[in-house]
Amino acid sequence: MKKYSVFAIAREAMRGHKGWEEQWTSPEPKKEYDVIIVGAGGHGLATAYYLATEHGITNIAVLEKGWLGGGNTGRNTTIIRSNYLYDESAGIYDHALKLWDGLSQELNYNVMYSARGVMMLAHNVHDVRVFKRHIHANRLNGIDNEWLTPEQAKEFCPPLNISKEARYPVMGAALQRRGGTARHDAVAWGYARGASARGVHIIQNCEVTGIKRAANGAVSGVETTRGFIGAKKIGVVAAGHSSVIMNMAGVRMPLESYPLQALVSEPIKPVVPCVVMSNTVHAYISQSDKGELVIGAGTDQYVSYSQTGGLHILQHTLDAICEMFPIFTRMKMLRSWGGIVDVTPDRSPILAKTPVQGLYVNCGWGTGGFKATPGSGNVFAHTIAKDDPHPINAPFTLERFRTGRLIDEAAAAAVAH
Amino acid sequence: MLLIRCPYCEEERPELEFRNAGEAHIARPTNIAAESDDDFEKFFFIRANPKGVIYERWRHIHGCARFFNAVRDTVTDKFIMTYKAGEPKPAKLPGAAK
Repeated sequence: MKKYSVFAIAREAMRGHKGWEEQWTSPEPKKEYDVIIVGAGGHGLATAYYLATEHGITNIAVLEKGWLGGGNTGRNTTIIRSNYLYDESAGIYDHALKLWDGLSQELNYNVMYSARGVMMLAHNVHDVRVFKRHIHANRLNGIDNEWLTPEQAKEFCPPLNISKEARYPVMGAALQRRGGTARHDAVAWGYARGASARGVHIIQNCEVTGIKRAANGAVSGVETTRGFIGAKKIGVVAAGHSSVIMNMAGVRMPLESYPLQALVSEPIKPVVPCVVMSNTVHAYISQSDKGELVIGAGTDQYVSYSQTGGLHILQHTLDAICEMFPIFTRMKMLRSWGGIVDVTPDRSPILAKTPVQGLYVNCGWGTGGFKATPGSGNVFAHTIAKDDPHPINAPFTLERFRTGRLIDEAAAAAVAH
Repeated sequence: MLLIRCPYCEEERPELEFRNAGEAHIARPTNIAAESDDDFEKFFFIRANPKGVIYERWRHIHGCARFFNAVRDTVTDKFIMTYKAGEPKPAKLPGAAK
């Protein structure tokens, strides 16, 4: 792997940019690997990268049915934060946030992590109390989160409407300054480049159609559209399709898959300096470096794998955006799209061993997995390499739905994650 | 937005009038206190989440307010049929191969 640097740019400028190499290779699949990762999204590629860099396992294949980063990694609204209520969630999301800080240097790839601040608006007395409780819980966990009055919120984000005449007036806000955004595609590409340089095979257009198990019940490999590929360890990181893949090994999951939509506006001059979220009116918005407003909507109410959702969901979100930012009422929206998110009953992820020996699962990130990408890959790699969870992901078991040890962010965070 | 046929009102109405109520044909245990942890997990948390034909409950909340069941394809989001609550899971779906 040739290092990217200002010298590389100068060198290539001198010789007509003929020396840039492919960022990752596309080898033919081998007959057998030490580890197979199902799904080449951010989480899967990060898992492969950390298996290679931290655990010395490089005989890995990352199988992807479509193209690299083409699922939810390329479809989210790129928001990063770690101000979750419960200790377990705080642990894993802040582990990720610490890795975001410095990820561009680590990968030698600009993931454009921008700690521009994530501001969550409170619109009623209940919101105010809940957010203040969050702030105190976060501070006990060493996570920055602070309370802003409506005036302070407007100072931090000038286009915000804090009029008392609003249908849902802003009564304050919780601000995590370390939160922000990153370039979602670059995260997948950076991890793919780093993993590929260490010998990991990234195999696109290779759909897993079955999981084979040996006589003792342990996994022995996967059937794919490009033939059988053997492996003693399989990590399933398939987002919305996790329950489909796990069913192939006979494991039924506490998951339901829903469409989640997002949209972007025409590009405009910089106007929204941070990320603004509102759980109560349900909208979140930030501005990309290209100038587009990036807006996240809610999930549809029914199980679907269609990667499209209802128009009324987008309308509902835009109603809220226009209420929060009246200056955007005449903006034109350019594109909208949908992704399929796998949601657990307690809205916390599952990163764990499974009842099947050699089968590991990283799923259930629901509507908010992007922010966790580096941390999730990091601890999942540990789980696969050691056949034992890292202390950070130890609480995120599959068994918690039997034992009752839920991590109930669903109740804590209401809707937006 | 989906168009959903309510089997009680006997007409197609926009999705906004309805609430999805999750997977259908999950029988509540008759003696829930005696359920094992495994069985309770299956009843309460484990879902089929199929990529393909799903049997699900809907409620016509802004209409007749009654629950009913639907069969839908989760890849196309097309409804195959709807039927009244309490009716058994259809043995054969209209349009399915013989």
